[in-house]
Amino acid sequence: MVELRAGRAGGMGEILDVEGPYEVAPLGRSLVELAEHRPEIVGLTADMGRFSDIHPFRDAHPDRFFQIGMAEADLVMIAAGLAKTGKIAYCTSYSVFILRRALDFLIIDCAHSKANVKIFGGMPGLVNPYGATHQATDDLAVLRMVPDLTIIDPCDATELAQVVKAVADIEGTVYVRSLRGKVPVVFDPDEYEFELGTARRLREGTDVGVISTGFMTQRALIAESVAKDRGLSVGVLHTPTIKPFDAQGVTEFARNVERLVIVENHQTTGGLATLVTEALYDAGIQKPVIRIGIQHRFHESGSQAYIEAKYGLDQERITRAVVEGV
Amino acid sequence: MLRMAADKGEGYIAQGLDIADLLAVVYFRELRHDPRDPDWTERDRFVLSIGHYSIALYAALHRAGYIPEEALETFGLNGADLALSTFDDQPGVEITGGSLGHGLGQAVGMALGYRLDGNPGRILCLISDGELQEGSIWEAAMAGAHHGTDNLTVLIDSNGIQADGPTVLRMEPIADKWRAFGWDTVEVDGNDVGAIAGAFDDLRDRDGRPKAIVLRTTPGSGIPTLERRERAHFVRVEPAEWSALLEELERENG
Repeated sequence: MVELRAGRAGGMGEILDVEGPYEVAPLGRSLVELAEHRPEIVGLTADMGRFSDIHPFRDAHPDRFFQIGMAEADLVMIAAGLAKTGKIAYCTSYSVFILRRALDFLIIDCAHSKANVKIFGGMPGLVNPYGATHQATDDLAVLRMVPDLTIIDPCDATELAQVVKAVADIEGTVYVRSLRGKVPVVFDPDEYEFELGTARRLREGTDVGVISTGFMTQRALIAESVAKDRGLSVGVLHTPTIKPFDAQGVTEFARNVERLVIVENHQTTGGLATLVTEALYDAGIQKPVIRIGIQHRFHESGSQAYIEAKYGLDQERITRAVVEGV
Repeated sequence: MLRMAADKGEGYIAQGLDIADLLAVVYFRELRHDPRDPDWTERDRFVLSIGHYSIALYAALHRAGYIPEEALETFGLNGADLALSTFDDQPGVEITGGSLGHGLGQAVGMALGYRLDGNPGRILCLISDGELQEGSIWEAAMAGAHHGTDNLTVLIDSNGIQADGPTVLRMEPIADKWRAFGWDTVEVDGNDVGAIAGAFDDLRDRDGRPKAIVLRTTPGSGIPTLERRERAHFVRVEPAEWSALLEELERENG
């Protein structure tokens, strides 16, 4: 049956129905701040300036901004070339295009050369109304296999803004799963501090341990509060750095809980769940695990709320897994 | 080059010979560089996209003072610095090349970086006619023209051979394609040192547009036996034959 009202969410990856506090275009705003005192920073996009939120940088520093046109391989090559002249090249497109069109160039021109290229991929995972052609549900699995590449999946506006600045000081190539438009504020900017390679315990608990990444961590926190009201002690571990992965932080967290729920905006194969279960196996830890993520299949198009509910990434599904263990 | 290949019994000799005249002009007439300081920020950069032509680049880098003679003997050997394809950790080598279609886009990025800094250095990028079949070349051609990178010259080795035989997909008219994409283009005999130098001079003071030199070259140039060889893409030669080729090269070219 066709749902007549498609839902408002899903304007090119922009979350339109944000409840609670949010920041507009944290990527671009943070980059503008950083670039004020870092003249070596340049920005590029492949016809996705406005739809990736790099447009504030374009407006503030037009001389340091390069429009490459609809050519993602070229975007990544030119970014690598700029990096090889001493620039730190921030480039944006959609995750799906970076992954599928530009992979060869990301590997050889950027990662292999340890080039200072910082790639911000828009609409990672199942965040898109246009269906499988636009959904990067496999970016973590594929990019995890690339040596000398750092991968970050931030949760909210606070973390994304911090990551924009932090990656300037990471030598080499970085891929960030970006968030655009009105991006929810989950973490207090005065308290939260992103640290590369470190998983962060947001809640301590002993009954259930939720390990999450990206904006799924917001839902993990909501599930925790529901579970707490029902008398469950739930820990939440946020793992923004996918590579290098904090296996030690994960195993220490897992030892103290009865069972685990892993939540990611990615296929349950090759992404966070795979990283966690590998770490647990290596450490000799056996715990019941529920893996919540995207199925290994092509997904249909529809509003974000519609596809998330259909494919089991919504709040209700996550809360059920945490509270009921199913 | 021949002595390097002789140790292995095979190599991209035909291509190496066909760009040898160009490399002579590039390294000993055009390029502002300093082998004692390979990372000099204002250097002209020679970007070899066709990294499997490494044998020719290493020979040029040796003559230019980057690579000692004894290192040439290790070419392609296990554990040696001089790999069969080029890697950018070797002094004098600007990019990791060989997987085709990667060089020109990076050269455009380098040209933009130089311009932003007011760096007077130039970027020269060598690609090949077969490589023109990679779509990324044309993406880079569009961007270079759009951004007016007149500090960038693409050099196109048009030798008419590919892995599967004589140019397997029609690429002509090559020069017209570059002109249509907005590059200031000249076409020369790529095995005539004077003509190559003239092409650089012709393009030198033109502003506003990136530059292209289409070099018509002969695989195996300088050694008639190789020039006549039908399968020249990847040359395998019997051990006894190498010395004969070497003698032929010396005889033909004084």
